[in-house]
Amino acid sequence: MKISFNINNQNRELELNPNQTLLTVLRNNGFTEVKCGCNEGECGACLVLLDDKAVNSCQVLAMSVQNKKIKTVKGIGTLHNPNLIQKIFAGTGADQCGFCSPGMIVASYSLLKENSSPSDSEILEGLDGNLCRCTGYIKIIEAVRRSSSVLLKNNVEAE
Amino acid sequence: MFKYIKKPIEKIDGLALVTGNEKYTDDFYFENMLHISILHSGYAHAKIEDIDDSTALRMPGVVDVLSYKNVKQILYTTAGQGYPEPSPYDTVLFGNVMRFVGDNVCAVAAETKEIADSALKKIKVKYKRLKPILHFEESENSKIIIHKDDGAFPKIPVYYDASKNLAAKVEAEVGNFEEAFQNSENKIEQTFFTQYASHCALEPHAAVSYIDTRGRLVIISTTQVPFHVRRIVSHIAEIPISKIRVIKPRIGGGFGGKQEVLLEPIVALVTWKTKRPAKLVYSRKEVFKSSRTRHEYRTIFKVGFQKDGKINAMHLDALENSGAYGSHALTVLSNAGSKTLPLLNKIENLKFTGKGVYTNLPCGGAYRGYGATEAYFGFGQVVDMVCEASGNDIIEYYKKWAIKSGETSPIFKALGEGKEGVAMTVTSTSLNECLEVGARESGWYEKKKLYGVNSTLNKNNRYKRGIGMADLMQGSAIPEIDMASAYIKMNDDGSFNLNVGATDLGTGSDTILAQIASEVLDTPVDKFIVTSSDTDFTPFDTGAYASSTTYLSGQAVLKCAKQIKEQILKVGAEMLGVSLDEVDILDSNVVVKPSSNNENKGEVSYQDICSYSFYQNNQFQIQAAVSHVSPKSPPPFAVHFVEIEVDTFTGIIKVLNYVATVDCGTPINTTLAEGQAEGAIVNGISYALFENYYFSNHGKMLNDTFGKYGMYTAADIPPIKVHLIDSYEETGPFGAKSISEININGALPAIANAFYNATGKRLYKAPFSPEYVLKILKSNP
Repeated sequence: MKISFNINNQNRELELNPNQTLLTVLRNNGFTEVKCGCNEGECGACLVLLDDKAVNSCQVLAMSVQNKKIKTVKGIGTLHNPNLIQKIFAGTGADQCGFCSPGMIVASYSLLKENSSPSDSEILEGLDGNLCRCTGYIKIIEAVRRSSSVLLKNNVEAE
Repeated sequence: MFKYIKKPIEKIDGLALVTGNEKYTDDFYFENMLHISILHSGYAHAKIEDIDDSTALRMPGVVDVLSYKNVKQILYTTAGQGYPEPSPYDTVLFGNVMRFVGDNVCAVAAETKEIADSALKKIKVKYKRLKPILHFEESENSKIIIHKDDGAFPKIPVYYDASKNLAAKVEAEVGNFEEAFQNSENKIEQTFFTQYASHCALEPHAAVSYIDTRGRLVIISTTQVPFHVRRIVSHIAEIPISKIRVIKPRIGGGFGGKQEVLLEPIVALVTWKTKRPAKLVYSRKEVFKSSRTRHEYRTIFKVGFQKDGKINAMHLDALENSGAYGSHALTVLSNAGSKTLPLLNKIENLKFTGKGVYTNLPCGGAYRGYGATEAYFGFGQVVDMVCEASGNDIIEYYKKWAIKSGETSPIFKALGEGKEGVAMTVTSTSLNECLEVGARESGWYEKKKLYGVNSTLNKNNRYKRGIGMADLMQGSAIPEIDMASAYIKMNDDGSFNLNVGATDLGTGSDTILAQIASEVLDTPVDKFIVTSSDTDFTPFDTGAYASSTTYLSGQAVLKCAKQIKEQILKVGAEMLGVSLDEVDILDSNVVVKPSSNNENKGEVSYQDICSYSFYQNNQFQIQAAVSHVSPKSPPPFAVHFVEIEVDTFTGIIKVLNYVATVDCGTPINTTLAEGQAEGAIVNGISYALFENYYFSNHGKMLNDTFGKYGMYTAADIPPIKVHLIDSYEETGPFGAKSISEININGALPAIANAFYNATGKRLYKAPFSPEYVLKILKSNP
């Protein structure tokens, strides 16, 4: 079957099997920035925004996204046009192996979009679905704090 | 003093990582690619009498099935170590004896992953079940022989006895332990246990292969050891090394788990046979069950000491559960002794005995800490016990008895890795300062007064607080065994290619190595195009393990960059018309030294120098290739302090604060060094309190998902502060030693010591689960 959706501001029509997850369909079609760490909805590496809501794409059936809007980490910012949060993540050492980073960025972006000045406990709650083994989370939490303060200072939204 | 060293320089791949632009192994898709799925044994011990794959092979889309029936039975070790490996050759890719739940039965290659997965269900395997060994303490004397008549053998001349289920045995003694122990006024004899753990690198193991335009096999793999992969695949698949290229793309974390050659031979065989690209990616469950783990350990410490606390004799006896195969069995075992016993180097009578035994449980392997984690749990506690018994302040005790600059330990020579070790003198340490700063920053002395079993704060209180510490050392590379090399060439805009076999697996070593070259050549880090690692294009490096990359590969880069500098200076002097001793480099230029009497005070840029060397006169490529082997393995040191609160009703231990002081020599990149320490500490706490493998009565791992396994999430972490306290190691690049492993070793002993401070009881078995803590609280002291 075919489905149509909008991904990173582009309309796409993709062929898929009805039992395939959104993660599989995205990765099979070149959106490999969405990572698979467990395929069980427990690590957050495959996090994408689905109609502005952060979801583990391995837990979403692809056929359910008909006419919906998806944003991956590349929709938040690219190598040549990175988002502020991405720049701060890289500058803070919040990325080591980088495998969790796409999901972490999506989670952080989603958190800061809804709440530009989260408390520490709100940050921890916001990142609780995303596993990282390299950093011990310390520099990731620091990057979210820094992003928040820069956003507030510049009086802008996480866009 | 430094321009590019000891700076928080952003990772050169940082932006590419956080924008999802970098490619990992599973991100490579090829036309016409086959997908592979593995059938794993559901039995802990069984003989396969027959495999019927006929139904599976008839399924549309199924291309091939690999099993013992059509795969040559070639013995090897999955351990990616220097050759010949110190691990026994006891593994075949697909054999007919299953030795643990998760062992390889067969592989299906199909047009899609879905077809491969469904074909697995159509394969009929006739097993003859054998009795398994599921408790490692029973292995040596068991009638069940796990590697029986399979030809398993040691590749190097070391003790190995499959008939006793012994994968490894190590013994070393300095002085006369038994006599000194018997003559000691005070004695401690205590047994400790540490548990299985998974590395939990977020990226699962994966390998992709294809045939290139000239018929060679190319393997892209999640490996820490690309050159070992090439050699081992050549051995198993019987393809010449010259026909194999191994590429390491970005790696999503390793921690030792990717120092194993598990998937590469399988994709290699499929591609070599079918001439089609092939991909194999482990599921998370497969990573937990079928890849490698931290070994389960029992350590028995015997310590004889005087009334004043002086230790006369120490014996560490280690029993290692090697699991079904002996990957890293010998070397992890040796490290349990060699990374702990030298710390208190003034003990005159030291003994280490260790055995690695086979069981029908998942295989151990390399895991950050590598034996030291397992042994420091007991070591850190027995030192605390000696101090408690003798009335010594443990900070002052370590200051007095720990190894110092200019000192050695006979253990360095007595305990090597499959052969005699290398004698060495410690020449860099800031351990005393680490102890002092850590005590100050953690509020050690104030809290020692405030807490304690009988303190007003703790007595009759449900919540009891305590503080504990642990002193640690590790190594930096394997001396006279590990080798690293680097290649640098100059480009005509003044940039450089830096090609290294060193394997950045997320550690940031590409950046660190570029910083080292930057410092030598006085040119910015972004002038270096770093390639790591590709067996066709980068020179040999043993790989990213044994805390070696910064120290060993870094020194290779330093030496290589110095040769480049000489060449640049020579061309620069020629261009400026002055003699070589009149020039120096400055900020990407060759300049006439201010001290020179030469009137020509000109300068030439790196860009002009390279352009000149390409096109103008005496043309040549400015380039150098250099190798490096280290004569020693200088230990980094660390001191960890932890404050905890024990809920005596629930048995839950809450970590309130964690302070670590770390001597890694010169931290080349301060942010990355802190990141290494922080990640290791959190992994260490998570291991001490939660992580474990729970098995069914038949040896099946029960908690094989992230959710059930329970590694720490962001919401779990306590306040953690890392202080880097430099020393200067002359044999390392700009004074650097290692930092990657050491900090995983502190949480177990430090938390256990804090628990003693809070409750007066000791924890002998990890993890410190609420059930175990309650049991200990109810026990007699």
